Amino acid sequence: MSNEKKVKVKIQDLYKVFGNNTAEAIELAKKNTSKDEILKKTKCAIGVNNANFEIYEGETLVVMGLSGSGKSTLLRCINRLIEPTTGSIFIDNEDITKFKNDEIIKVRRKKFGMVFQRFALFPHRTVLQNTEYGLEIQETDEKEMREKAMNALELVGLKGWENYFPEQLSGGMQQRVGLARALAIDPDILLMDEAFSALDPLIRSDMQDELLELAASVHKTIIFITHDLDEALKLGDRIVLMKDGRVVQVGTPEDILSNPANDYVEKFVENVDVIKVLTAKDVMVPAAKVFKKDGARIALRKMKEIGLPRVLVQNKDKEFVGLVKDTVALKAVETGNKDFESIIEKDVQIVNMDTPLEHILTLELDDVHPVVVLQDDNKKVAGVIVHSSIMASLAERIKGGTKEDDNS
Amino acid sequence: MIIAKILKIPIGDWIETFFEFLNRNISSFTKAFSESFNNGVDNTIDLFVGINPILLIIILSIIIFFLSSAKPNRITKANLREKYSNIKFLGHFIAWFLGKTKIMIKDRYAIKMTIGSFIGLIFCWNLGMWELTVSTIVLILIATLISILIGIPLGILAALYKKFYRIIIPILDVMQTMPAFVYLIPVIPLFRIGKLSAVLATVIFAIPPAIRLTCLGIKQLPEELIEAANAFGSTKKQKLIKVQLPLAVPTIMAGVNQTIMLSLSMVVIASMIGAGGLGKQVLWAVQNLKVGAGFEAGLGVVIIAIILDRVTQRIAGSGKNKK
Repeated sequence: MSNEKKVKVKIQDLYKVFGNNTAEAIELAKKNTSKDEILKKTKCAIGVNNANFEIYEGETLVVMGLSGSGKSTLLRCINRLIEPTTGSIFIDNEDITKFKNDEIIKVRRKKFGMVFQRFALFPHRTVLQNTEYGLEIQETDEKEMREKAMNALELVGLKGWENYFPEQLSGGMQQRVGLARALAIDPDILLMDEAFSALDPLIRSDMQDELLELAASVHKTIIFITHDLDEALKLGDRIVLMKDGRVVQVGTPEDILSNPANDYVEKFVENVDVIKVLTAKDVMVPAAKVFKKDGARIALRKMKEIGLPRVLVQNKDKEFVGLVKDTVALKAVETGNKDFESIIEKDVQIVNMDTPLEHILTLELDDVHPVVVLQDDNKKVAGVIVHSSIMASLAERIKGGTKEDDNS
Repeated sequence: MIIAKILKIPIGDWIETFFEFLNRNISSFTKAFSESFNNGVDNTIDLFVGINPILLIIILSIIIFFLSSAKPNRITKANLREKYSNIKFLGHFIAWFLGKTKIMIKDRYAIKMTIGSFIGLIFCWNLGMWELTVSTIVLILIATLISILIGIPLGILAALYKKFYRIIIPILDVMQTMPAFVYLIPVIPLFRIGKLSAVLATVIFAIPPAIRLTCLGIKQLPEELIEAANAFGSTKKQKLIKVQLPLAVPTIMAGVNQTIMLSLSMVVIASMIGAGGLGKQVLWAVQNLKVGAGFEAGLGVVIIAIILDRVTQRIAGSGKNKK
């Protein structure tokens, strides 16, 4: 994402209190009284407690927390299926909490597509009719409606199933219909309420991959609710962590993993499978490089400088060419071989910045034969991975875990 | 004791005054209305009785067959609709008819039902009760129709508005439990003895399930579906027509079924105030201690009840039957 991020949704001082004595409950909440205590004193349940964050256009924001953390309530406040008690929600700089009923219906029709945990498909309507629902209530012209719905169904891979009824489809396919229904109205914002939680793990993983692809191709702002940290880390450009109605931390998956804001977040992060979460860019170290024109002597001097028996070679555009080993370089100097190119070893293991550690560990690597990490958009070297670099970054994580144990 | 007498709340007096007031002021109007209604019903009954009984029984059997046969497979139906969508107006009908006939031949339940109904109706005719049977069926259907036309909208209101729900529920309790004879008393001076009085008494007794089950059918829908309808920006009306009502149809039909059954249980009482039909025959048998005639008329009521019950249950069930 570029530096000029456009704010799509802005949530400001948002409170949602269930019960009659809302004013007092908010007063107590502002004084940092705990959720249970507020419930005891005022008989009010705090759903969302002073939420403040922004959602940028085109990003996938994952709101994550355990059940009862207020994440679903927060989501429903955004399209006002639940009325916020106080605070503001700006969508494209308009405060929708001030909107009247007919205005909010317009906003829902234009800007929001919602996907539900238990699909919430209309059982009396076919797949196509379900997909058309959002358009139908806007009284879209029939031909246009059919076309848009078919496009949406094709997008989710359900072409040919239009005339079936939801109950005739599997869970995964039903949720695709749910997704198509939301996409058909071409909303700016997709609200996904634990959309994949009711699916079994394999289908779930497939759907996550497809959502990632979809997010990349349709450029929609996605607000995704989940209780599963792995899912949050996989899907989220940024993650909002909630506990007892409070937003505990907002940040990129990396931020959350490497700098947990408090014990609560840390406890979550502890259980994450580090191997799945860390990627090449997390475990690589900077690499020493020489240019192809430099020749064997300079390569040898560089190796001596860094104390390693090999060095990477790049061409004049800084694109990766291969690596040279000390033994070969030494021999070339001794025999007076001026053809530097001939001694460059080109059969090197290469990965991308985002390759998971899980995959890297399956590669054979040692100090002489490192794994080279290339930048995503060009062939420039980003760094190398060697045993010690993996160990170092793992050790850092484990230290984080023991610190938690010391505290308790 | 005297104190108790003084403290007695004069509800009876109030109600009497109220009905006396009605009597004085609107009875001329209600009586005129009653007369034209009775004439209309009598003419309708005469019309049906005028048709050759065997022919009418065959026509009724065919109608029963169509009503009770299962809905065609929805995919077949959708395909058929697609196929005939170019033909305006008639296309829908052709698709429906083809779909029906396709399924009809396989639907053994509908065939059995039709044969059963046919035999039952022939039985009524054979016993010489055909006119009474027709008259009872017509009155029951009129009472049911009125109950549905009033009951379903009231049920919808009760489901959508909590205040209305709170008001109407106790009223329904009164209507269902108040002994029927009690409200027959004021009906007679207002409408005289006749078909309208009978229909009114029947509707009062039979309408509550139509209201209750319509309300229940809408209220018990999964919260998520309502949320989905809201999330896409449905107005209240769109939500009702496109989501709530279609999904409540099976429950509403169960209410209609109950209404019909309750109407049938009123035939004897209603015959005391001019309903005529099989109920009158039962009443005559009771008054003259004719066991045989009583049973014959009773059997006629049972046959009508079973036919109407099975047909409406089948219609209610087919909403859920999606295969």
